Amino acid sequence: MTPDMIDDIGPRNGATSLIRSPDTGRGISPPLNQATAAREIEQPPVPKLLIKNLCFHYGRHMALKSVNMTIHDRRVTAIIGASGCGKSTLLRTMNRIYELYPDQRAEGEILMDGRNILEPSVNLSHLRSRIGMVFQRPTPFPMSIYDNIAFGIQLYRRVPKAELDILVEAALTKAALWTEVKDKLRVVGSGLSGGQQQRLCIARTIALNPDVLLLDEPASALDPVSTEKIEQLIDELRADYTIIIVTHNLQQAARVSDFTALMHLGELVEFGETQTIFTRPTDRRTEDYVTGKYG
Amino acid sequence: MGITRYRWRRILNGFFLSTSVIATLLGLAVLFSILTTVLTHGIPALTPDLFTKMTPPPGNSGGLLNAIVGSLIITGIGIAVGAPIGVLAGTFLAEFGRGKWLTDATRFISDVLLSAPSILIGLFVFTVAVKPVQHFSAWAGALTLAIIAIPVILRTTDDMLRLVPNDLREAGAALGAPQWKIVVKISYRSVRAGIVTGILLALARISGETAPLLFTALNNQFWSSNVNAPMANLPVVIFQFAMSPYDDWQRLAWAGALLTTAAILGLSVLARILLFSPKERPQ
Amino acid sequence: MTALDTTNGTLSQGFRTQQIADRAFRGLTFLCAVIVLLTLGAILVALAWGSLPAFRAFHFDFFTRSVWNPVTVQFGAVAAIYGTLTTSAIAILIGVPVSFGIALFLSELAPLWLRRPIGTAIELLAAVPSIIYGMWGLFVFAPFFARHYQPWMSAHLGPIPVIGQLFQGPPLGIGIFTAGLILAIMIVPFISSVIRDVFQTVPAVMRESAYSIGCSTWEVVWNILLPYTRTSIIGAIMLGLGRALGETMAVTFVIGNAHKISASLFTPGATISSTIANEFTEAVGDVYYSSLIALGLTLFIVTMTVLTLAKLMLLRLELRLRG
Repeated sequence: MTPDMIDDIGPRNGATSLIRSPDTGRGISPPLNQATAAREIEQPPVPKLLIKNLCFHYGRHMALKSVNMTIHDRRVTAIIGASGCGKSTLLRTMNRIYELYPDQRAEGEILMDGRNILEPSVNLSHLRSRIGMVFQRPTPFPMSIYDNIAFGIQLYRRVPKAELDILVEAALTKAALWTEVKDKLRVVGSGLSGGQQQRLCIARTIALNPDVLLLDEPASALDPVSTEKIEQLIDELRADYTIIIVTHNLQQAARVSDFTALMHLGELVEFGETQTIFTRPTDRRTEDYVTGKYG
Repeated sequence: MGITRYRWRRILNGFFLSTSVIATLLGLAVLFSILTTVLTHGIPALTPDLFTKMTPPPGNSGGLLNAIVGSLIITGIGIAVGAPIGVLAGTFLAEFGRGKWLTDATRFISDVLLSAPSILIGLFVFTVAVKPVQHFSAWAGALTLAIIAIPVILRTTDDMLRLVPNDLREAGAALGAPQWKIVVKISYRSVRAGIVTGILLALARISGETAPLLFTALNNQFWSSNVNAPMANLPVVIFQFAMSPYDDWQRLAWAGALLTTAAILGLSVLARILLFSPKERPQ
Repeated sequence: MTALDTTNGTLSQGFRTQQIADRAFRGLTFLCAVIVLLTLGAILVALAWGSLPAFRAFHFDFFTRSVWNPVTVQFGAVAAIYGTLTTSAIAILIGVPVSFGIALFLSELAPLWLRRPIGTAIELLAAVPSIIYGMWGLFVFAPFFARHYQPWMSAHLGPIPVIGQLFQGPPLGIGIFTAGLILAIMIVPFISSVIRDVFQTVPAVMRESAYSIGCSTWEVVWNILLPYTRTSIIGAIMLGLGRALGETMAVTFVIGNAHKISASLFTPGATISSTIANEFTEAVGDVYYSSLIALGLTLFIVTMTVLTLAKLMLLRLELRLRG
């Protein structure tokens, strides 16, 4: 992206988008479609997660430096930034998955519904049933498609077969996968294509009916067609879940998110509505990143 | 001068390469010889009596029933004790012990134990399980075989579990699964075939072990299913009968050799098939 | 429809049980790992304890005398140690070049379609139990050797001054040399498979650059592959040595069980393991038992040292294979 590519091409609300699609050359603005606009008026954004002074250490190395951020309920928040800026690290603090590794630790507070989820007394299992995560590479468990979904559900309660069937179907339907796999539920999960596997992982997470969905570069290992399907899925899910997505794809961030946070070297540089971040960023670094000067 | 040097290099090359071919042929010839020997001596000795009669006193004919059954019992107990310990120990090394010095030390020691002379393990079990109670027993024999089997199973379990991608574990944790469930329902399931192969290989290994049974389970001329007493077993019977001057006994020894070799080669082949079956590789 | 009940917002409930289950499982696996660790130590302690009576009776002379007399209750380990060392030495001297030849053939020469079957065949040699090797050795190989090669070797190598002594004697078939040969065959599959693995780890560029300056296959192997993999190959050889030292049944069948040291390799002898195997069940008296255990202790210490050194040398190979 060079400065001369920035020009006025009919943006929707009078602001110039700083990034444009490499295919069509048109400026990319967040999808301010009618439904979203209507929703914005009906339900103004409400905080879901409050991140306060979050610091993170890998051994001696400090990877997150006092991050303060608000994640809004039922909105899509994108976290962007160059490699190594700490975006995945930030995401991984929210379901405390980092605690699998003894030399990683977090300090500060993350408040969800008034409770600090970083407290030691918190039931991790329960936490992760309310904050789900989908990883960069599809990770189907070595079991059938049906069992992949059932596994998570059965962690929490005994479910009679009939109800389980319904729950599995519901999860797969929500993840836009049901029609493709309904005849092969007993096939092992790894037998699906990459894009389908990733949707399976999303279905698996949704089956627990979480409040928050953490998506760590969910489409970066997929081909463009599958990527588009995932983005469509995010669009369908945004009404019911709080979604936080880490992505290194700027166009993707602009396409799917309501809010965007830019990270740089462990610090939160700027946070705001996606529209603003991409058209009138405040911080110089944001503008540089978004126009491709670095990253 | 340049031409002769080149020719010398070619001669040298040809010499070493042809000796390597000869070496391979020698190896194959030995394998062939061993297999044909076992078959030619063993097959004529295969009679139904083998499976219906007990080991006879010298100079009489008989069968190997008590030895076969005894071996099955001793090996069975040995693997039943050794497999869980081996799998669990391997699990610790791969899943819980990352980066600890204890893990590296255990791996090292297990590998050393793997190649340790099995007769010494028999000697060890003698001093702790036979001498104190003043009698030989099938238990002691099974214990020795378990000790021999554990390092094999530990090694394969450890290696296989380390192949499981960490993403998979994190995905399980992200759903809220407790760690033991992640290991049992995800990791183990991922490499099920590999772990079973390890157990089969250990089984093949201990089925042929003779020396350690010599002074733990000893032998028993008669039928015995008392695990607290000496128990007949194929390898020791083969040893005793083969080294004897009696024709009947020698014939039985060859029959036993055939049975043992067939069982072990069968297990080894089964293990290889299982391991290389494409659908079982971890993703 | 909700998949689970989170309405009472209990983020701390039920955690305790899960933690206990996790800790129990972890503890169980830890225990099993510790069992393995302790077993080695326990073996050492048990053998040392059992040897005490013998050492009390003979002191260090145990290692300098070759007498082995159950009747007079006088025991010395020299003959057995000599037998163990000699048979293993023969096994290495003959087995290593053969292993090397086989590895060379399989990794550099054989056409691809031949590699799997021959490789499998060689590995089958490793699966054959040692008692079968013993029987084969006694009933097939020893007579074969006695009829065809021994007279030839005695006639041609016997007259050579100094080392000729090694090859003199009646063509009995059994004896130290035969035992060494059988051991050689037994360690070949193992050493050759490690050498093959090690040759695979050599980066293709090294081979290619050697070939591209006109090296012959042999020259590539000798000048490039071997130096690159030297440590691992030495480790493999030492591992083979460790196995040869401890091998029991195959040796017991063909060594003849005679407790003496003679100049010729063609005569019967005894190794530590064959002695224990042959005599343990018939031993009477504490000192006899204890001497046998003391032999075992000696073998244990020697083998453990060799194997530990071997493992250390192979560590580098393992790191490379693991990537």
